[in-house]
Amino acid sequence: MIFITQTALELGFMYALVSMALFLSYRVLDIADLTTDGSFVLGMAVSVSLAAAGHPFLAVPAAMLAGAAAGFVTAFLQTKMGVPSILAGIVTNTGLYTVNLMAMGWSSNVNLLKQETIFSLFKKTGIGGGWYEFVLAAAVVAAAGLFLVWFLGTRLGLSVRATGDNRDMVRASSVNPVFTITVGLCISNALTALSGAVVGQLQKSADIGGGTGIVVVGLACLIIGETVIGRGSVKRGVLAVVVGSVIYRFIYAVVLKTKIVPIECLKLVTAVIVAFAIAAPTLRTYAALRKRIWAASRKKGGR
Amino acid sequence: MLRIENISKTFNAGTVNEKRAVSGLSLHLEPGDFVTIVGSNGAGKSTLFHAVAGGFYVDEGSITLDGKDITFVPEYKRSRVIGRLFQDPLRGTAPHMTIEENLALAYLRTSKGKAPFSRISKKDKAFFREKLVLLDMGLEERMSQPVGLLSGGQRQALTLLMSTIVPPKVLLLDEHTAALDPGAAEKILALTKEIVAAEHITCMMVTHNMNQALSVGNRTLMMAEGRIVLDISGKEREGMSVDGLLAQFKERAGRALDNDRILLSR
Repeated sequence: MIFITQTALELGFMYALVSMALFLSYRVLDIADLTTDGSFVLGMAVSVSLAAAGHPFLAVPAAMLAGAAAGFVTAFLQTKMGVPSILAGIVTNTGLYTVNLMAMGWSSNVNLLKQETIFSLFKKTGIGGGWYEFVLAAAVVAAAGLFLVWFLGTRLGLSVRATGDNRDMVRASSVNPVFTITVGLCISNALTALSGAVVGQLQKSADIGGGTGIVVVGLACLIIGETVIGRGSVKRGVLAVVVGSVIYRFIYAVVLKTKIVPIECLKLVTAVIVAFAIAAPTLRTYAALRKRIWAASRKKGGR
Repeated sequence: MLRIENISKTFNAGTVNEKRAVSGLSLHLEPGDFVTIVGSNGAGKSTLFHAVAGGFYVDEGSITLDGKDITFVPEYKRSRVIGRLFQDPLRGTAPHMTIEENLALAYLRTSKGKAPFSRISKKDKAFFREKLVLLDMGLEERMSQPVGLLSGGQRQALTLLMSTIVPPKVLLLDEHTAALDPGAAEKILALTKEIVAAEHITCMMVTHNMNQALSVGNRTLMMAEGRIVLDISGKEREGMSVDGLLAQFKERAGRALDNDRILLSR
């Protein structure tokens, strides 16, 4: 049980960065950014490759920079080239497959054998004892969360939020939506890549298929978190993604351990949960309408 | 001040839906002018505003503001000096952001806007509060509430404050009281007059209320088919009645005014 909890907390915190990125792109900017899968692997590939070359610390900012570059491409396509936003993400994502292979030296996976990682170096400091992996992951997430809360409170951050909230108003208040969308997507993809970078170094490997479906998992965490913590301020949103991500990983770990649901089915279950959660308002409206129609027809019949 | 020279704009050129929304229109505004604009549906009033604000670039002609040619300046840059209010009170504010954050956004037009990582300071808050008090709606006590909780009238008052918190060179009001209930509409109009007078803002206001068109501001324009068909100010305007205005329209536009809302609001 302790093992499950520990794993859930570690992975939950590390993958929370993806949900944090989606909070920024999907909730704040109101853009479904499908670059996510690719930039997660990009972060992983850059991070593990650099760690393999003996630069585990440099690997993290480098991975974030690479992620930001991927976000920039998606933003450029949709703001300057008129590519619909979902398609822009898919196009970048497809292109990233090749870029990711290149980052891993034209191989579909890279493994760290005896090279140092940020985790192995952190272990030597003795902080956190047996929980050192969790402590480091939590510190990274806390730093990213604080940064996001701080950033969205600055004038630039307010402009980014307004871009997703009311685009008409943004243009009328001297904010350039092209710029704010670009900034937003660069930051969100940097966060996704950071998640990949940390996960890659923890697992000591990067794999070209490591990001498949991560955008849906990230959304699931976001929705779970918002259901538990609620929606509203930025602070609440950032807290929600961490809580949601930990809950998701906890369920994942329990399923893995007990095999209540065959582990192969987990992606399908996740997809169904996300689809239902996003469809909930529509389903609710439809149910209410049906109920009214039914009540009306009964009234007529009784007359 | 604002010089609009011979501008034209055609939508859907070359298709069956081709529509020449503004054709060869020229207009000069003096500093401090408060112009009211009336006209039929589709006369080109909103198109004129869009052209000035930069929602699109005009096909022909030029627009100069304070001696600077802004014909091809993008919308978001023009909005530093051109304030705008729409008929829909929901268009001017971000619903999920607080009153304070919305005001801070509007305040971006100042030199502070150039420091992208600055935050809302205590001084800013005090300034916003002071401005909100002037609206007399109690909004100063709700500064940390999301704007989505406000009524249409309150949101339009806030939008008015946002577009004038840094006084713009030109303020464009596109029937900004038309979607409000009569009480709120009256209040917003009074606030508009107050702020415009206090800050000496040059202002254009589209209205469908003929009495308003003659009583508010110092100059009245009538538009039909993308042109200005009547432009009165001074003595001529003072002596003008609503019936006189309608008669003038019929004479100049060659047909009666067919804006149903104008007729209903008489």
